[in-house]
Amino acid sequence: MTYIIDDKEKKVFLLNREVHVSEQVLTEEVDKIFSKCWIYVGHDSEIPSKGDYVTRKVAGRPVIFTRDSKGEIRVHFNTCRHRGALVVTTPRGNARNFMCVYHGWTYRTTGELHGVPGDDAYTESFKKCEYGLKSPARVESYRGLVFMNLDANAPTLLDYLGPKTIDYLDLIFEQSPSGKMEVIGGTQEYDVAANWKLMVENSVDDYHLPTTHSTWLNYMKNSGVTVEAPKEEGLVLPTKGYAFDLGNGHFTTDNVNFRGRPVAKWIPIYGEAAKPEIEAIRAELVQRLGAERSARVADTNRNLVIFPNLVINDGSAVTIRTFYADGPERMQVTAWAIGPVEESETARAVRLDAFLTFYGPGGFATPDDVEALELVQQGMKNWREDRWSEMSRGYGKPEEEQQLNSDEHHLRIFWRHWNKMMTEGE
Amino acid sequence: MDAKLTRAQVEDFVFAEADLLDQWKLEEWRTTMLTEDVEYLVPSNDCLEGDHRKVLFTIADNAERIRQRVIRIMDPNCHAEYPQSRTRRLISNVRLLEQNETEVVVTANFICCRYRRFERIRQYTGQYRWKLRNTPEGIRIRERKVLLDAHELGSLGSVSFIL
Repeated sequence: MTYIIDDKEKKVFLLNREVHVSEQVLTEEVDKIFSKCWIYVGHDSEIPSKGDYVTRKVAGRPVIFTRDSKGEIRVHFNTCRHRGALVVTTPRGNARNFMCVYHGWTYRTTGELHGVPGDDAYTESFKKCEYGLKSPARVESYRGLVFMNLDANAPTLLDYLGPKTIDYLDLIFEQSPSGKMEVIGGTQEYDVAANWKLMVENSVDDYHLPTTHSTWLNYMKNSGVTVEAPKEEGLVLPTKGYAFDLGNGHFTTDNVNFRGRPVAKWIPIYGEAAKPEIEAIRAELVQRLGAERSARVADTNRNLVIFPNLVINDGSAVTIRTFYADGPERMQVTAWAIGPVEESETARAVRLDAFLTFYGPGGFATPDDVEALELVQQGMKNWREDRWSEMSRGYGKPEEEQQLNSDEHHLRIFWRHWNKMMTEGE
Repeated sequence: MDAKLTRAQVEDFVFAEADLLDQWKLEEWRTTMLTEDVEYLVPSNDCLEGDHRKVLFTIADNAERIRQRVIRIMDPNCHAEYPQSRTRRLISNVRLLEQNETEVVVTANFICCRYRRFERIRQYTGQYRWKLRNTPEGIRIRERKVLLDAHELGSLGSVSFIL
């Protein structure tokens, strides 16, 4: 199957819609992408104490994300080595051991097999030390963001992310005076009846904002936020923004903020009472990072995609969002809010309120994104008769001209990388 | 006026609210049933007893945010609700808990069925928890909290209508 048509002469980029409907493509994605790439598991702030754990599915695989009795972060596959049952059934907690309810095998938080009821019935060839919980081949982290990789031969996480992606992650984490952000309680988990890759596109596609989110823009205007008409030819958004290739299939938008940011950009929605504290946060930023870097942190937004399925939106607030296929035509989305660890109660309340102005299943924008993706999926029932999606926006610009966030340059980056991984070695 | 509300009075009120919401008479609901310091809260499914100033909710609106939400979801450009969902809510097990001179805490079980074109039914079940204020103009909602039973929104998707 030809997945993409990338015509460098005519500056035309087309995507075969079969990639959004095909079971076969999804099966290959599991092997060629999700078994090769670093996949986001969770943030270490979710498990602050020894014995803390959360259970979740990562790339479809049930795992236990835990801080073991020695304080080390671990990821175990949540599958009993005996007969294969889920071992931990609770979403989170603190444990000394994990016990499978089927036959009572127990495991240490380190994953070692600890207890086997009636173990005198086994011969010497049954060695407990060989029956610890299995783990992904590799687990590594950056700034508390923990990833797993099923490929023992994968590059290190830092090499995988690369310096450009790391710089954008730093910009996000530098909101915190100590550089430490934490996951805030309350998880948003919702399904979207659309292929998982449509969420990648949507997360960074700023071309859709004026139409998909016109009611959100109205809300901003109604609330005293200045939403100016685009001032330059070629712009569709109130402020100018760019899209950058960060290497290895990662990419980001980077645009001048107009919508307010809990880190140091007040808008009337936050209320007059919040103003002095937001100003104090900015003063600390300037003092710590200098004028230029603090302006980057405070006055620019970024929607960052770490290939294949991690999105960090640093806009109205900061959200970590990951998603995975439940069949080719459905995905499960999990989203968290993160904030600086030293944030005051009042600043945290402003952050959470700002989050809900845009993001999440009850926000003023995300439900319309969900709707748009589901409309795409429904429209694609005609994929056999109408096979190609158009993604050439901005392709014809001269090389030296920076691609805009409302162009489709970054979508092409994703699809070229995806195509490379899917077709390598063929 | 009599300080104490009866269950019959409260039931009449919450059934009338359900009717306005199911009929999408949202401006009428907003202007006749809510106090000026109202809050409309839908906690995240994994954090039902949390405080919306400390943990992430699905919805945490004050009166002004509700006003804006109604403007938004009545707009044909609110794509998630255009065409609008058809909803039908059944309310039962109405209980009056704490009651003082001016306010009463009321809980009730609910099922809210939601239909959209070409879509399967989405069934939201849970508990409504109101703080109702007894005013000279009649009963008004001071707080409206929706506690969903589902462990995650999952196939319920978005909460793009007034649940």
